[in-house]
Amino acid sequence: MAFPQLTGQMIAFMLISLVVIGSAVAMLFTRRVIYMALMIGGVFIGVAGIYVLLNADFIGMAQVLIYAGAITILMLFAIMLTHHGHQEQTPVNGHTIFSVVAAGGLLGLLYWGFNTVDWAKWQSMSPKTDAPEWGTSSVKAVANSIYTQYTIPFELVSVILIVALVGAVILARKEEN
Amino acid sequence: MEPTIVRFLLLAAVLFSLGLFGVLWKRNIIILLVSIELMLNAVNINLIAFSRLGLVPNINGQVFALFAMVIAASEVAVGLAVLIALYRNRNTSDVKDMNLTKW
Repeated sequence: MAFPQLTGQMIAFMLISLVVIGSAVAMLFTRRVIYMALMIGGVFIGVAGIYVLLNADFIGMAQVLIYAGAITILMLFAIMLTHHGHQEQTPVNGHTIFSVVAAGGLLGLLYWGFNTVDWAKWQSMSPKTDAPEWGTSSVKAVANSIYTQYTIPFELVSVILIVALVGAVILARKEEN
Repeated sequence: MEPTIVRFLLLAAVLFSLGLFGVLWKRNIIILLVSIELMLNAVNINLIAFSRLGLVPNINGQVFALFAMVIAASEVAVGLAVLIALYRNRNTSDVKDMNLTKW
């Protein structure tokens, strides 16, 4: 059997997947809450790499700015405002077993679903292009789409964002008597 | 050997399952919110993979992923505000202590 030749894309994909899944597992199993917040930063950066690999440059940069920048820092603030030492490890009980069975069952179900698809036929049907369908600039394509076809959803999302942020300020404010 | 779409889908499935496991297993509310972010990221990977490698590749998947990101940011902001209000009133960040409406 000939060893399949690895392309640069495949090597990059494997390395990034390793970083993403490794960070996610480390985040779930480390004991200190502050390390968990740092590990989730690794997951977010890795997912941004996946987006760049899929020619979605703008979404990748937005991922770095919004997730790795803003959300990770917000999590760190929340951890520092509440107090945490060592998180006590929950002993193996019914709760843990239920969690493992539910998450593993979902993964098994999805894997079974992937195996039922005829991927060779998919490959023959899908347009195999080296360049993405939207040309070289994904920024231009996303902007064209948002400001023509999706103008109203875009405005609604802006309204949701401002309502949520104002609501967050009101919820977190100290109440005055 | 190219990274085909099923590899991206498998990566997203593993990430989603890890997030679900964290949501079910952990008891700290901050870690619960982080695990929900993992699941949202897995869904975004799917959207962008189909927008590039799907049968009808087009830009809509990226736009949807952008919208999902905005909703996720609002969700985290409100969730952390609720957490801080809870911590001020009851001095805890454990889901087991959020039992005011339990009877």
